[in-house]
Amino acid sequence: MNVSISSTSEKPIYQQLFEQISAQILKGELGSGYVLPPIRQAAQELRVSIITVKKAWEELERCGLINTVTGKGCFVAEFSPGEMLHLRNEMVLKQMERDISYYKSFGLTLEEVMELLKKIY
Amino acid sequence: MLALDVRNLSKQYPNFQLRNVSFQLEQGYIMGFIGANGAGKTTTIKSIMNMIHTEGGEVHILGKNMAEHEIELKQEIGCAFGGIEFYTRSRIRTLTDAIKKFYTHWDDAVYRSYLSRFKLDETKKIAELSTGMKVKYSLALALSHGAKLLILDEPTSGLDPVARDDLLDLFQELVAGGEISILFSTHITSDLEKCADFITFIADGQIVKSAEKEEFKESYRLLNGDESQLSEVKDRMISYKVNSFGFTGLIRARDFDPSSSIKAATPSLEEIMIYFAKKEPAYV
Repeated sequence: MNVSISSTSEKPIYQQLFEQISAQILKGELGSGYVLPPIRQAAQELRVSIITVKKAWEELERCGLINTVTGKGCFVAEFSPGEMLHLRNEMVLKQMERDISYYKSFGLTLEEVMELLKKIY
Repeated sequence: MLALDVRNLSKQYPNFQLRNVSFQLEQGYIMGFIGANGAGKTTTIKSIMNMIHTEGGEVHILGKNMAEHEIELKQEIGCAFGGIEFYTRSRIRTLTDAIKKFYTHWDDAVYRSYLSRFKLDETKKIAELSTGMKVKYSLALALSHGAKLLILDEPTSGLDPVARDDLLDLFQELVAGGEISILFSTHITSDLEKCADFITFIADGQIVKSAEKEEFKESYRLLNGDESQLSEVKDRMISYKVNSFGFTGLIRARDFDPSSSIKAATPSLEEIMIYFAKKEPAYV
């Protein structure tokens, strides 16, 4: 599992943790059954507060990406390729919504955005 | 369980008063206690430790009333004050031998490990120690009797960035087991941005807010706009400053309409402290 945290980013740290880990799960880098480190240990290693990690783990669980087994830890959930695709698209769409509203604030049309996207993609 | 439960502490001084100070710290977490100089941080900590007489209020530590179980509870508390003065002519070894007799659970092996971690030389006299070394020595004393609650007043002051970083590492190590809780006061807010779970903010002898860190920061918004927008929010702002580029200021999130065109961001702990300090006219 790879995580890098930026303390200067506007994004809350739990959000950064959630996004990075969920991306790794949905890309298949963290397979089902992979055990996440215990909350307190992760907090210590990442140098973030315990509650920050707790929130990130809770968010992952709410999205159905991990399961918590009391006394055993947090495991990456099992999903079919179809479910994985669905979850992935859902997350990408959420991000796109934010990005689009940013482009709209400049008054760009869809065509103009597509044109610019093609240039840098 | 609550490691620390402070209820309605009040203390009256001729020029300062602590008014109904209440906050709670859950076991196994780190709480940062912030406030400007003279806001009442040390007075609160001394009241918790029963080192000064208070006019009202109660303190419960690990479920027990401090006033009734003071001696017993002090075995469970590790306490260190910034700028503490020890008897300067003695060697560290001599002082430790005197102090450790008060603690039934004193652990020499743990104490030795802190001496080496903090690079403290037992044979040195207190007078020969630098400010940072004195802080480290008082921490070594606070950490060596199996305390469940650490109450530290400005433990990072006087330490260089490397030593501060090491100390924060140590704090996280201590709470990782879930049994030890830490309350520490500081005005170096960058120390808290990362490791603190909860923030309690005191200003002018009153608790402004005590909450989980992210929730604490998100309950305020830092606004940035041009002068024409200022009138929209002026009367609800905690404080603001105007310059030729427009204005910046702090407002409570609930007083701010998120659909407003004014640019808003989540403030840092430091920004919250600064704008609160501007709220009242400076002392003359």
